[in-house]
Formats: sequence, C-alpha cells, structure tokens
Amino acid sequence: MNGLVRRLLVAVPALWLLVFFGLPFAFILKVALSQAVVAQPPFTPLFQDGAFQGSLANFALLVEDDLYFDAILASLRLAVTSTVACLLLGYPMAWAIAGTAKRWRAPLLALVALPFATSFLIRVYAWIGLLRPTGLVNEALQYLGLIDGPLALMPSDFAVALGMTYTYLPFMVLPIYASLEKIDPAYAFAAADLGARPGRVFWSITLPLSLPGVLAGSLFVFVPSVGEFVVPELLGGPGTPMIGKVIWQEFFNNRDWPLASALAVVLLILLAYPISRAQRAEATTARGLS
Amino acid sequence: MSLRLLILGFVFAFLYGPILWIVVFSFNEGRLVTLWSGFSTKWYGELMRNDRLVDAAGLSLVIAAVSATLATVLGALSGFALARLGKFKGRLLFAGALGAVLTLPEVILGLAQLLAFVALDDLPGWPGRGAATIVAAHATLGMAYVALVVQARLADFDRSLEEAALDLGATPAMVFATVTLPLILPALGGGWLISFMISLDDVVLASFVSGPGATTLPMVVFSSARLGLNPQINALATLMVGVGAIAVLSAVWLLGRKQEHAR
Repeated sequence: MNGLVRRLLVAVPALWLLVFFGLPFAFILKVALSQAVVAQPPFTPLFQDGAFQGSLANFALLVEDDLYFDAILASLRLAVTSTVACLLLGYPMAWAIAGTAKRWRAPLLALVALPFATSFLIRVYAWIGLLRPTGLVNEALQYLGLIDGPLALMPSDFAVALGMTYTYLPFMVLPIYASLEKIDPAYAFAAADLGARPGRVFWSITLPLSLPGVLAGSLFVFVPSVGEFVVPELLGGPGTPMIGKVIWQEFFNNRDWPLASALAVVLLILLAYPISRAQRAEATTARGLS
Repeated sequence: MSLRLLILGFVFAFLYGPILWIVVFSFNEGRLVTLWSGFSTKWYGELMRNDRLVDAAGLSLVIAAVSATLATVLGALSGFALARLGKFKGRLLFAGALGAVLTLPEVILGLAQLLAFVALDDLPGWPGRGAATIVAAHATLGMAYVALVVQARLADFDRSLEEAALDLGATPAMVFATVTLPLILPALGGGWLISFMISLDDVVLASFVSGPGATTLPMVVFSSARLGLNPQINALATLMVGVGAIAVLSAVWLLGRKQEHAR
C-alpha cells in the first residue's frame, strides 16, 4: 500500500474522532471552569479582554454541597450492588452453559445475548409494569396470600439495582463463560483422580482459573452502572440521586451547564482506572468468544 | 445435570419474563396495563394513528440508516488501519479513543458533544442542532463497534489469499475488490446492523445533541415511560422487540458465516 492511501486510511476516521470525540472533551473542561449565566450559550467565556476568567468555583461547590458527594456515593453503592447481583446470577449461568453438550453452547449464549441487543429502554420500561404497586409482582404476591397490601417496590434503590442487574447481566455471563470454556478439563480429571470431591475441584481449580472472566464481567457491569441515567430516572425516586441523573438535572432542569460539566469531569476521573482496565478486558474477551 | 437445568431455567425466566409481559399485555383489551381483560389488537391501531409516534419513528429510522452507513465506512477504515497498518503515529491514542467511545457513560459523551456543537454553531455552513447532530453522535458511537468487528475479522483472515492474488498478477485495487472486500463483507453487514440498533435505541445522546426540532422515537418513548405505563408503548415495544430480534439474529448469522468461510 502506498504512503498516501495509508495516510488517508487513518486520517479520515482520526479527523472524525478529533471533531466529535476529542474536541468535545476539550469543551467539557473549558465549560467546567466557567460560570453559569442567563445568556446564549449559558456560560461565561473563559477569556475576556485578554484575561483568563476561569475558576475552580464549580469544583469547590461540588465539595461543599453534600448533595453531590451523596450522589457519587449512591452511584458507587448501587453499581457495586448490581455488580454483585450480576455475579451471583451470572456465574452459575456461565457455569451451567459451559457444562452442557458442545452443540448447545452457542445457541444458549445467543439466547443470553438476545435480550441485551433488543431495546434497552423497553427492557427498563417492562420493570415499571412488574414492580409498581398495582404491578404483576404485587398482584401475584397478593393473590398467593403472601402479603396483605402492595409492597412499595418502586420507586426505590432496590428497583434501580434490579433494573441494572437485569439490563447488564449478559455482560457478566459472556466473559465468565469465555474463561470457563478455556479451562483444560484435564485439570479437573487429574484432581478427581487424586481424590478431590466435585466441590473441592470447583473451589481449588475451576474458580481460581475463571477469575479473569469474573474481573472482566464485573468491570463491564460496574462501569456503565456508575454513570447510568435511564434506569434511576425510570425506576428510582427522588431518593436515588445517581450521578448520571444529577448531571442530567443540572443540565436540563437547572440549565447550569458549567456545574454539569464539572460533575462530568469528576465522574470521568472516578472512572478512568476502571475504564482502562475494562478496555484491556474487552480485547481479551473478544478473542475468547470468537 | 438437573442443577444446571434449574439454573438455566431460572436465569432465562428472569431474562425473558419481563419481555414476555410486554408482549402479552400489548394485546390486552383494557387501558389498565396490569389487569387482563380480553384479547385485542386495538392498541396497535391506536399506535398507527398516533402522529407524534409515527413521525418520530420515521425520523429515527432515517437517522439510524444514515448514521449506521457513516459508522460502517468510518469503522471499516479504522478497523483496517488498526489491523493492517502496524505501528503508525498516534496508534495508541487512536485505539484508545475508539475504546473510550465504547465504555464512557453516555451522559458524559452526550454533554461533551453538545458543548462542542454549541461552539461549532457559529461556523459558516455548520448544520444547526437537530437530526444532523444526532447522526454525527450516533455515527461516532457506531464506528467504534464496527472498528472492533472489522479488526477482529481481519485479524483471523488468511493473508495468503491476498498474496496468491498478487502473485497471479492482480493489482492491489483488484485484490481489495475481489478478495478482501468479499471476505470482510459479513463483518461490515453485522457492524451496520449493530450501529443501526444502537441508534434506534439511544435516548441519552439524542436528548443532549438534538435541537428543539428533532424528536426521535426513543425520546418519545422515554417521556411517555416517565409518566407511567401506556398500552400503546407496550404495542410499540412488541414491534421493536420483534424488529430487534430479527436484526440481531441476522447480525449473528452474518458474523457466524465468516467462521465457516475462514475454515
């Protein structure tokens, strides 16, 4: 391939990423340092009359006002809850699939991934119908006589954690399956020959060897959960101020673009390490599943 | 074995139960979405007469088709560059940006892109905020997925096929058109479908970057879901689940076919 074609090949997508991905992040930093004003656009310029006007006032406000700290804590808490719930459901599922006959595995995996690829919004909407006071879950429990009146299942933190567990579960199953499938069955046979019971084989051989998949799956669930907006908006109440929702409210309801930008910068810093780990895991998982 | 079956049954019930609920209650006669009162397809009729929804659906389909096509071209170039150009200047940054697009929370990406669009509004010839900016945002997200698929396809691709064609006297352009392109075509088709579905499903990016004029289908569904349940949304959701399932199954089929070819 000659030099010009090579350069064009990279230049076109690189330029696109620069304009629609790189540039936007420069602007988010810039606006985070400015102040909200009633104007069009609603923030102060960074340079005026040749002088630098930026300040860290937005970040100071984020530290002072407990609302924002609480939002970050709530996001982390709910993301960890969903990750653990996904692990408790996803690990047995991956283990069950890996243990079926070879010809069943691909169709079963496709069935796991299928709901994930249908509309995210619709799958969250479904839980409104199941969880609300007159929803299917409450109706069923009352019909069975297990409860007298409807339970307040939503809006709540429980509903948000359940919604995120539901929507991100396939992200947990697939990488764990990929790492379980790679384990050479000879290890388990050898352990069994040496007298280990099935439980012992699982704890000392299968589980440790599948930990890379567990880590990858946990990252794939945790990272999008922390910044989630749709699920807490539809299933959570005012008592569930996740950071994605607070950014949205500051931007759309309060028209405080600088504060929303500052919050986005904080979330970005918070997620930088998990995201970089998730990217590495992504490449490994893609190779494992193909 | 029975333990495995129990787990499979439980998790599949969890995964498919809520979707089943939507489909069943979309055929419910009554307005109350939680109380069964007889079979009816009237909500599908009402859906067709709901101009706001039909208009939004039309706009969403156009945005999805255009952004998926753009994403496929940009993603194919990116995947090609990453798989075939070896070490080029800025490769790490390029690959890192593509990976970041995939993993960043949409709220951050949407806000950042909107701020850039507001700044670019003053440029002469720049389209105002609306369908065009939604297309740009969705194409950026889609190209990262296409790049991933194309790069993976090129990585396990037998290069001796191309070398054989070159040995037999084909020009590089002919080799690309007659050997390389047909072999990566399934990946391009699968990538296009993935991008199409992403665009058709996105509410966060679209809400940030669209102007007052452009309202996509997910934006209408979202504002309606915020107000609670609505049988029309159940009917719409059933249609979307059907279309989505068909699209995904075709994508899986397209991407799966490559494996048989490779052997």
